[in-house]
Amino acid sequence: MSVRRYNAFNLFRQGRRGQQDWAPAWRLPDPKPAYDAVIVGGGGHGLATAYYLARNHGIRNVAVLEKGWLGGGNTGRNTTIVRSNYFWPESAALYDLALRLYEGLSEELNFNIMLSQRGMMILAHSESELDMMKRSVNAMQLNGIDCEVLDAAEVRQRLPLLDLGRHELWGAMVQHRAGVARHDAVAWGYARGADSLGVDIIQNCEVTGFQTQGNRVTAVETSRGTIGCGVVGLAAAGHQNLLAQKLGFRLPLLSYCLQAMVSEAIKPVLDTVVMAPAVGTYVSQSAKGSLVFGAGLDLYPSYAQRGNFPTTQKIVAGLLEMFPSFARLKMLRQWGGNVDVAPDSSPIIGPSPVDNVHLDCGWGTGGFKAIPGGGWLLAHCLATGKHHPISEPFDLKRFTEGRLIDEGAAAGIAH
Amino acid sequence: MLLIPCPFCGPRDESEFHYAGEPKPRPAFAADDATWGAYLFDKANEKGPHRELWHHVGGCRRLFLMTRDTVTHRILETHAPGQHGEGQS
Amino acid sequence: MSQPRRLPSGGFIDRSKTLSFTFEGRRYEGHPGDSVASALLANGVRLVGRSFKYHRPRGLLAAGVEEPNAILDLQLGAHHDPNARATMVPLVEGLELTAVNASPSLRRDKRAIFDRFARYLPAGFYYKTFIRPKWETFEGTIRQAAGLGRNSATSDRRFYEQQGARCDLLVVGAGPAGIAAALAGAANGQSVWLVEQEALPGGQLLWRDEQVDGQPGHAWAKAAIERLRALPNVNVTVKLATQAAAYYDHNTLALTERLAAPAVGWGPERLWLVRAGRVVLATGALERPIAFPDNDRPGVMLAAAAATYLGRWGVLPGKHIVLLTNNDDGYASALLLHRAGAQVGIVDVRPQVDGALIKAAAVAGIDVLPGRALLGVEGEFSVTGVRIGAADTSDAKEKGQGFACDLVAVSGGWSPAAHLFSQSGGKLAWDAELACFRPARSAQEEVSVGAANGAFTLAAALVEGHAAGGGEGPAPVASQADPTYRAAPYWRLPVRGVRQWIDFQHDVTTKDVELAARESYVSVEHLKRYTTLGMATDQGKTANVVGLGVMGEETGRTPGEVGTTTFRPPYTPLTLGAIAGLNRDSRLQTRRYLPLHTAHLAAGAACRDYGLWYRPGCYPLAGESEAEAIQREVLAVRRNVGLMDGSSLGKIEVTGPDAAEFVNRLYYNELKTLKPGRLRYCLLLAEKGTVFDDGVVARMAPDRYLLSPSSSHTDGVMAMLEEWHEGEWPDLKVYFHNVTQAWATLAVSGPRAREVMAKLSTDIDLSDAALPHMALADGRVEGVAARIARVSFTGERSYEISVPTSHGAALWDHLLALGRFASITPYGIESLMTLRTEKGYILIGRDTDGVTLPQDLGVTGPLRNKTIDYVGRRSLFTPEARRDDRKQLIGLAAEDAASPLPNGAHLVERGPHNRLRSLGFVTSSFASPTLGRPVALALVERGRALVEAHARLELYHLGQRRFARAVEPCFYDPKGVRLNA
Repeated sequence: MSVRRYNAFNLFRQGRRGQQDWAPAWRLPDPKPAYDAVIVGGGGHGLATAYYLARNHGIRNVAVLEKGWLGGGNTGRNTTIVRSNYFWPESAALYDLALRLYEGLSEELNFNIMLSQRGMMILAHSESELDMMKRSVNAMQLNGIDCEVLDAAEVRQRLPLLDLGRHELWGAMVQHRAGVARHDAVAWGYARGADSLGVDIIQNCEVTGFQTQGNRVTAVETSRGTIGCGVVGLAAAGHQNLLAQKLGFRLPLLSYCLQAMVSEAIKPVLDTVVMAPAVGTYVSQSAKGSLVFGAGLDLYPSYAQRGNFPTTQKIVAGLLEMFPSFARLKMLRQWGGNVDVAPDSSPIIGPSPVDNVHLDCGWGTGGFKAIPGGGWLLAHCLATGKHHPISEPFDLKRFTEGRLIDEGAAAGIAH
Repeated sequence: MLLIPCPFCGPRDESEFHYAGEPKPRPAFAADDATWGAYLFDKANEKGPHRELWHHVGGCRRLFLMTRDTVTHRILETHAPGQHGEGQS
Repeated sequence: MSQPRRLPSGGFIDRSKTLSFTFEGRRYEGHPGDSVASALLANGVRLVGRSFKYHRPRGLLAAGVEEPNAILDLQLGAHHDPNARATMVPLVEGLELTAVNASPSLRRDKRAIFDRFARYLPAGFYYKTFIRPKWETFEGTIRQAAGLGRNSATSDRRFYEQQGARCDLLVVGAGPAGIAAALAGAANGQSVWLVEQEALPGGQLLWRDEQVDGQPGHAWAKAAIERLRALPNVNVTVKLATQAAAYYDHNTLALTERLAAPAVGWGPERLWLVRAGRVVLATGALERPIAFPDNDRPGVMLAAAAATYLGRWGVLPGKHIVLLTNNDDGYASALLLHRAGAQVGIVDVRPQVDGALIKAAAVAGIDVLPGRALLGVEGEFSVTGVRIGAADTSDAKEKGQGFACDLVAVSGGWSPAAHLFSQSGGKLAWDAELACFRPARSAQEEVSVGAANGAFTLAAALVEGHAAGGGEGPAPVASQADPTYRAAPYWRLPVRGVRQWIDFQHDVTTKDVELAARESYVSVEHLKRYTTLGMATDQGKTANVVGLGVMGEETGRTPGEVGTTTFRPPYTPLTLGAIAGLNRDSRLQTRRYLPLHTAHLAAGAACRDYGLWYRPGCYPLAGESEAEAIQREVLAVRRNVGLMDGSSLGKIEVTGPDAAEFVNRLYYNELKTLKPGRLRYCLLLAEKGTVFDDGVVARMAPDRYLLSPSSSHTDGVMAMLEEWHEGEWPDLKVYFHNVTQAWATLAVSGPRAREVMAKLSTDIDLSDAALPHMALADGRVEGVAARIARVSFTGERSYEISVPTSHGAALWDHLLALGRFASITPYGIESLMTLRTEKGYILIGRDTDGVTLPQDLGVTGPLRNKTIDYVGRRSLFTPEARRDDRKQLIGLAAEDAASPLPNGAHLVERGPHNRLRSLGFVTSSFASPTLGRPVALALVERGRALVEAHARLELYHLGQRRFARAVEPCFYDPKGVRLNA
């Protein structure tokens, strides 16, 4: 007999039985000859798409094809921050959909994703930065997002180790519902959820090509054979352009390395996420005690998935500029993800130039926080063939019309 | 940390350079919206050898073309714009 | 005797000196040359820490960088290091050490109770529970229990040295292979760097009883280093106590050097970035443990570590030793320990053992039990015995036969330290013969040699190192024939469902790996992330391969098929201060100071950072607030005359026969028709049409233009000029010179500016006929080459005088003196903000955002009239650019004049359900002392139409409401008569 339901009671019972009876979190199936929907990319977005296709739309004959191991791309390489403090109403609607879904996700998936809404603070170093921040906070409040402005004293109280040196502190904007979640758990939770609804998650299965008829894809060629398909969702983060090339179109995406790093674990010193725009670094402390930090992209396009030292140095220097008492801590690990960045740093969701292929990509540095939203919306597109109202503004066509959703330009927030 | 062979100055550390995008022909004003949008925003974004412009801002301040493998970061070739034919590498 | 485990002789320590230190509040002694670990061990300290999850008592497992257990908080005077690895910290006088994560004391850790509930806390248990009511209900408690050491409570603002170097050959590791490589490289004239993480060269020669070229190995190593350092005509650098931490692109490695005596005020590490033509990785190998029940008890130690403590520090860690091995090398360690006086018995898991090995052991009087393994360990805080049974025991109830002992030495075979190799992009392959992953395919100019390459014998290591260094002639010779090395892939006692430790720090056991396999976390990365195998501060150096081996057994795969996780930098944890180096404080972002900075300070300036520049915001008088100063300065400019340092404003000269053509293609505004000697206010667009910069462009001669980009945009505009020239229009003959720093520019502005200027000694005709508004002239001012431009950012008659930078301060003083009769007043950037807002002059980045097009600012002339294909033009005709609901620049007149409209307030409209929708926002808002009421600029949807309707608009700001009228974005002198007043 195998146990599926996760709860304290079953954990206790299994404790007495040597934890012997837990069911596999997901099956390791071979691909079937054809599926109603094939999703390329077994990261958070792809797995969430499969889950919501089954749950929201009743489409269960679905395969998720993953080149490596599920959750192994940017889902497993980010700094685990979730937030929806966005300026434009379109962005706010998108990211808050994701955050609201995150808020119920552990229970929904019966898998603790360790959502910790510890808040996120962005510091202001001058009066004019604080003015710009107020512009953003007002926009967010009007968009229905829980943001507010803190004065310098409130910030110092929350961050006793903050010591900005020559940089002034004028205040901060804070989103209380922002925070962190355990990144792997999000992928695993969705995978387990999708699998239990009948979705086949096929790992070590690289897409090598597409068979088309007219302007439709009829089958996906993979390292594990040809798989027929009704509709195709592409959610392959840093490799989306390569898939598009195989289908004969281009995307306005450029792949960059985004670094992140962790320190050795220490006893709790930081109970929120902080970012200082003057130095560009953001940091939080994980439940295990490590500081997790990162900043902007490496300086040139790359698929190497390994960050270079000058950027590492800049990120660390920025961290110490905020918290000089961390100087004796040690960096334990530094890694790089391969992110695809759109010209306006906003994602592309919806139809592609190929009739039955839909896109979910271009998340740049912000993909993790959007996973439930991206999956929800791509599932809607695949199931109905039409946009969800929230995804409509993020259509690929905006680059032809010039209708960019440039969050960085508006609010000065790095994604 | 790249060691970039500037065609004018010789090998220099990457910190002296600025990545300046993919070389692309600029459409005439009469181009339609799609053509113009593709010029502005679409990327080759090759995985592997990638033709790109680099600007030696911390040195001779010249612009040059470089073919670089985006997976290994190995630099296959650099040359001044106008030297060598298009597409050579 | 104060150091009960120290032998009377042996080891590389200075017994003539004694150092004292404390651990957990108790005082101990050691010697120079000791590590903290060897000193603790010499004093018989077994219990050095607690494990992360179950808080199990732990002792030293290893002697080097791979140590997982002995993680200590270190205090030396005011210096605090959290999570120091005892094996890598040299002992110095006065160290105060405490175990991490144990409370109230190491021996009586209250959280040790977690171990009693271990069965309910399997790998990933938190994913399965704490779901309701929600994770955060439990999180605080869990966080308090987590974490290792304590962070320092004080800021460390020290700089850390950082240096770069280049060499032909970088050899990492000064063991036999590395030294052979360095000797060979230096011999054929290469510049060589040889780096070694330990304070002494020799690697395993320091403790193995081996000879090279007829000398004891350690003596050969020492002599070789001396020889290398003394070599004439060759550039050789030997760095001991230096860790090669990371391998980056293009053969660049980051090294950290531990400084014995850093300069006062500097950090104790120095970071090197070394770029090498070729890299030889002689990083050695790491011995693995074997998993068996309770194999984590203090007193269970790696066999080579026990031999290392003996050979290198003269510490015999046990007197009655049971040595468990799955490979031939375990016998070598056994012999070393035996010869030092310990009673040793060997338990070899292999049923068939080479007769020669058994014979050699027997000759020495060591018993060997083949085909046996350890079924368990007695003792809690220190090993008191073991239970021995068949190596293929699979029944958990099997008790085995008890043996008393005080040390269990374990040799689970060797793994090449291929971390740097893997970081370089190299690919590893599983070698079934040697039961380890070995370097297979290099990605950079690099070669792995010796144990790092799986050459586990001394002779082979010397030969490989010699060859890698380009050695001609014979390699150094190992004096005795090497034994062969064979290892069996025996990872654990094949009993399932019982905790056998793999990752000591994180308490990952075989049971956890079994669970991961059962639950489909079979990919190596899933295994790592689900169980946290290899994610502790030792980064799995002893754990990873064992974990892979067990996962392989659980899923019917070889370790090679399971694969390795990606090795990430750094090899050992790297101090954040050392990474940041000199990039601290003002060196992180270089401040730019105005050439007249000291003059401003003398004038009482309140300076702040404005973008890159640190410059005067205003000049408060004694007892005056900054707000009052700004009001006073604004009125001085409006009523009399002000003086401002505008030197940060960019100055880029564009010259050449095609200069006119070039700037005309570049700028939004028509510039070919601009007459020499005249200026024009222009916008510069990005190719996507958005306003990138604004500024005045001067034509100084038919073939010579002077651009004035905004202070913060000068570098960007300069790069843009070069990129458009070389990338798009290389046929144009044009040259660019950024002369910003060559000139100091002072602005004299106000209705009495003309009177002040009249007193100036100059050959430039300042009459309005000769020098009208928006004109400039070159000449001399007070005997110095100068340029005077009539250009105004205040709306008042203004003269900008530029002189060579070195003359700026004199001119400033001179103008203040000349203008005293008119109460000339220095004014700062804050005052200018009010002045320009009164006039509706925009500030790029504040009154524009990343989507603002020129037509949004009401600048539509060129859009209608300029037909050449200037930068960004096509983008002004996209569907989006032609929308009629774009945000446009307007002015706002507050309905209540009580206070300025808040900057950042949004203009809103009310939709269904009274829901507010943003129409735009206030961009610049100030109290105008000139007008006695607030003035504001805003970007608002359909702004022009709102102005024409004189619309009443609602504003939202942090929950509060205000009202204002849409007005023209110019509040003062809209006709511009004062420019010529």
